[in-house]
Amino acid sequence: MQNSPSYAIESNDLSIHYGAFTAVKGVNLKIERLKITAIIGPSGCGKSTLLRSFNRMNDFVPGCHATGELLMQGQNLYSKDIDPVEVRRKIGMVFQKPNPFPKSIYENIAWGARINGFKGNMDELVEQSLRSAALWDEVKDKLQESAYALSGGQQQRLCIARTIAIQPEIILMDEPASALDPISTLRIEELMQELKKNYTILIVTHNMQQAARASDYTAMMMIDDQRAGGVIEFDDTKNIFTRPKDKRTEDYVTGRFG
Amino acid sequence: MSQSFDLKKKTRIGESAIQSLLFLAGILSIVTTVAIVYELGKEAMLFFGNPDVTFAKFFGGTQWQPGIGNYGIWALVSATLTTSAIAIFIALPLGLAAAVYLSEYASPKARGILKPILEILAGIPTVVYGYFALLFVTPILKSFFGDHIQVYNMLSAGLVMGIMILPLISSMSEDALSAVPRSLREAAYAMGATKLESSLQVVLPAALSGIGAALILGISRAVGETMIVAVASGAGPNFSFNPLEAAETMTGHIARISGGDLSYNSIDYTSLFAIALMLFLVTLVLNLISQWIVGRFRERYE
Repeated sequence: MQNSPSYAIESNDLSIHYGAFTAVKGVNLKIERLKITAIIGPSGCGKSTLLRSFNRMNDFVPGCHATGELLMQGQNLYSKDIDPVEVRRKIGMVFQKPNPFPKSIYENIAWGARINGFKGNMDELVEQSLRSAALWDEVKDKLQESAYALSGGQQQRLCIARTIAIQPEIILMDEPASALDPISTLRIEELMQELKKNYTILIVTHNMQQAARASDYTAMMMIDDQRAGGVIEFDDTKNIFTRPKDKRTEDYVTGRFG
Repeated sequence: MSQSFDLKKKTRIGESAIQSLLFLAGILSIVTTVAIVYELGKEAMLFFGNPDVTFAKFFGGTQWQPGIGNYGIWALVSATLTTSAIAIFIALPLGLAAAVYLSEYASPKARGILKPILEILAGIPTVVYGYFALLFVTPILKSFFGDHIQVYNMLSAGLVMGIMILPLISSMSEDALSAVPRSLREAAYAMGATKLESSLQVVLPAALSGIGAALILGISRAVGETMIVAVASGAGPNFSFNPLEAAETMTGHIARISGGDLSYNSIDYTSLFAIALMLFLVTLVLNLISQWIVGRFRERYE
């Protein structure tokens, strides 16, 4: 089955298992190109597990495997002949806690580009990536200093900068602002609006306002009685927050539980 | 109205007893070190107080024959440096490679089998290593170098010493590598790094301070190792950096001479303490150098 070009990636009956336990079950999502799609839901419903399956980060969890299809340009990312390293070069990721490399600010960006075979002008790439991540003005005079000298919010923007330096198609964000203060959070959200001009963004968030403010589409996840998570509703963000079809979504987004 | 309670200080005897006990345990090692330095220093002073001995002779000479007035410490330092350098040259790359494999590549099962086996190496008595060098490694070397290599030689002793400190280096380095937060590996993988790129370019530099500690300890073990060199590298001071030759290290010399009958006031006796002090100094200098190197290249992640 080919996925149509307006979708950056789509899943067909994607399930993720830890050994015999099914953590996420039967997910069908079509992620639209150059849009922000938010995944929301209560703790432990498998949001992060689902997100990490999109760039095969779950490969590193012993016993974790996926069934079903995850299609990107007609290729199933879980088929045997797919190289996960190549997948991750096309699908970047920003983590919950900022995790810059213990290298200089400059090297944080240059390293990823170099291992991805970048041959152009590195200084230019570093500047351009930092500008795109709205960090350039704050760090341009201290590019050789350690990334750990930056504040948490700056570190997170540096992580975004190094991700866009390798020019992926899709950027996955796993609660990128949950460890940050409200001002830094806002800056990340503004940045996402800039980034979606060039990148498809998939974001997991605990913060309902954030999903409502920042995303175009929202997927609501919930666990069933076997403790397997699944997407119970997927729609325009506006619809999810104003007239959800599922009662459980309504309860969740109005703060009645979760 | 709540019940009244007492917030005044209480004496907790168990707490203070334990605290003093822990303090004593800590102070014991300091006292021991000070006592050793004092004893070494005292006897070495007797040696340097001898009108025959000058610092120039001691640090400048390459002949060590205290009986006839030759006190050139280099005759012994050269062998210590040569054997230790060979040992580190073997143990550091192999130990690091083993550590990277165990921490980054090995499946839990392979790790569970390999790690204990590697640690058995650390449990072999050094005298056994000594005869292993003399009776097993030297004949093999002999078949390569023929008559160019002496029966007692620094190469064989150094190689086996390297094998001896390999588990120390690999086990400490592995601890350092495993202590690097998973989030850094994830960051590397999420950038499209292969396992090798992540291991060598992200995890290894981040673990460098721990690996440096392993290196320092390895150097100290090599410089201080006595039995292997006493058995396999030769008995007789020889100023040489040629690994194919026989030469006696500082430790080997101390062990051999102190085993004979020495009168307490003789220059031979007090010279042993001067050698021991020098050993202290060599270890200290090598530690400082490796600390500087590590400080220069390590990447702090917290």
